[in-house]
Amino acid sequence: MSRASTERDPLLRRLRRSVVGSLVLAPLALSLAAGGSALANEEWPTEEVNTTGLAVTDDTVTVGILHSLSGTMAISETGSVEAETLAIEQINAQGGVLGRQIQIIQEDGASDWPTFADRSRKLLRQDNVAAVFGCWTSASRKAVLPIFERENGMLFYPTFYEGLEQSPNVIYTGQEATQQILAGLDWAWNEKGARSFYLIGSDYIWPRTSMKIARIHIEDVLGGTVVGEDYYALGHTSFGSAINRVRLRRPDMIFHAVVGGSNVAWHRQLNAAGINGENQDMLAISVTEDEVLGIGGENVEGFYSSMKYFQSLDNENNKAFVEAFKERWGDDSVIGDVTQAAYLGPWLWKEAVERSGSFDIDAIREHLPGIELDTAPEGYVKVHPNHHLWSYTRIGKWNRDGQATVVWESPELIEPDPFPEGYQ
Amino acid sequence: MGDFTTQELMAILAMQGFAGLSLFSVLLLMALGLAIIYGQMRVINMAHGEFMVIGAYATYLFSTFITAQMPGMLDYYLILAIPFAFLAAFVVGWIVEFLLIRHLYHRPLDTLLATWGLALIMQQAFRSGFGAREVSVRLPDWLQGSYRPTMMIDIPINGLAIMVLTILVTAGVAWLLYKSRWGLRVRCTTTNREMAGAVGINTRNVDRLTFALGCGIAGIAGAAFTTISSTGPTSGSLYIVDTFLVVVFGGAGSLLGTVASAFTIAQGQSILDFFIGGSMGKVITLLIVVAILMIRPEGLFASKVRR
Repeated sequence: MSRASTERDPLLRRLRRSVVGSLVLAPLALSLAAGGSALANEEWPTEEVNTTGLAVTDDTVTVGILHSLSGTMAISETGSVEAETLAIEQINAQGGVLGRQIQIIQEDGASDWPTFADRSRKLLRQDNVAAVFGCWTSASRKAVLPIFERENGMLFYPTFYEGLEQSPNVIYTGQEATQQILAGLDWAWNEKGARSFYLIGSDYIWPRTSMKIARIHIEDVLGGTVVGEDYYALGHTSFGSAINRVRLRRPDMIFHAVVGGSNVAWHRQLNAAGINGENQDMLAISVTEDEVLGIGGENVEGFYSSMKYFQSLDNENNKAFVEAFKERWGDDSVIGDVTQAAYLGPWLWKEAVERSGSFDIDAIREHLPGIELDTAPEGYVKVHPNHHLWSYTRIGKWNRDGQATVVWESPELIEPDPFPEGYQ
Repeated sequence: MGDFTTQELMAILAMQGFAGLSLFSVLLLMALGLAIIYGQMRVINMAHGEFMVIGAYATYLFSTFITAQMPGMLDYYLILAIPFAFLAAFVVGWIVEFLLIRHLYHRPLDTLLATWGLALIMQQAFRSGFGAREVSVRLPDWLQGSYRPTMMIDIPINGLAIMVLTILVTAGVAWLLYKSRWGLRVRCTTTNREMAGAVGINTRNVDRLTFALGCGIAGIAGAAFTTISSTGPTSGSLYIVDTFLVVVFGGAGSLLGTVASAFTIAQGQSILDFFIGGSMGKVITLLIVVAILMIRPEGLFASKVRR
């Protein structure tokens, strides 16, 4: 019963816009409770909004969520699944998309890239889903990319990543490398007066590409020096030597992209070695609220992160989002950058579908660039023709309680540039 | 590097020396349990990492329990958590030996497969039981921070604590193997199973106890590692390579070999790490290990083992 009443409001709003006019409003609203679907049909007939055989019926539309629910990456991807589910539930509560309730088919990529490819093939070929929200690591995205392009699906990808990619079948809702790195380094240069940098990261594609961009920016654009560049295998936990190298080089700023369990060890050992926010500046591109949960607030206190979103962002959208998220997933859940980016996916898709009046992939692709979302928890985002998002970059300073205080925000939206000239 | 005083350079060198020793104690602690099992029984226990994770989760549970029930004890709980972690891993190891390993003693390659399968099962069990997110324990205050013998030297106390623990465990294992009755029986069985049985040693019991003990020591290692890093369901698989490296390089079946091998690898790696950086340091360490194993296939200290 409660569901019928929540469905009514947005539908009424749409009716007002439609040619039906206010005269027929009252009787129609009465009939709504009995059978809202018949109405959805009339305004957006299934054969018109779906000409390509997607899983769309008169009152439902099916989408896929494809993340790792098991394996190493489940730790990171859980937050994204939660955010996407929440967004879809909220959209449904508002009346769905084109009068249709969204149904979810959830698949497990199991932290295994061939499995991701296999599951996405299933979602696109067998289930004919209208959109897929998913993937986290670049490796999983690369694995599903050819399938999305061949089957003409639409993937909403939430993670900040190394860039160097642009596909007609993917919308990247996280930041690409230059948005996060260049703005962060500029901040370090201008606001903190950092002239020498020490780069350190885990040893795989994202940190390596990011550090390559960082080095070029520091040396060629800013005119600073890179006094060290180190990579450690995933799962490496003994940072004693690395810390001594840092001591020897005395950088103004440590710039790091260490991930996973290594991240915890790295921060704890820095703290134990007497290196902390009071005597050393450190800027991370791999530390969000999720990571701090494991690292412990006392070990990151005073260090900085460069992200587009922090849970502590002070705006009305974000307050409502944090409250809804905690209500749905528990009071002790934390929301990191990627979780927020994942939350944007379903909303962007809804907006695109409504603008084009169609679920067809080609139709929404045409309408996606230029879509603005001023209800985003991060404030405001806009889809760029290159399928990435315009967004602000923020520097957060970590507190002991595991939350960050935003100390700097880019003065304007930063244009996404997945293929940066001169940085490759 | 011109603007460093000699004193500063000496301080950094001293701290680097400690970093090497710290890595040494971590590697040794990881490898001890496996060295006992692989060395004495020739069972390739691929689930060794998961037994460490059992110890880590046991410590985590223990700390959650103490936080909820006896917050006053928080400063000292780790000392009690270590025997608890040992016990948890010991019991699981005992059961695993009874259900699985004892049927496979004459098929070493099958134990490799079976224990790998066991590792996967255990990982999924951790994931179902503790969730996919990594957990970590709160460090008591006295374990945080550093010891400062001079103004410029910071020695992490946590590293010191792990070193002390490693020394205690190694001494304990050495005493058990070379001074106790049980050790005598183990060494007899290792040298000649039939003869050992003939003189009245219950070789089955010896096997079970040996395996469980190796697992228990892995549990202690796990407890120590929760203080360094965080623990997730698949953390164990990250440790297994280093662990095998130490045991194989040291020469199976020799406790001294394991100690020497952990020391060599740790010092080599940490020095290379310091001078040429993490990833290349690791590559060169591995190359050297491979080269030495080509010359000495039995490892640094070869000893007689059960064939």
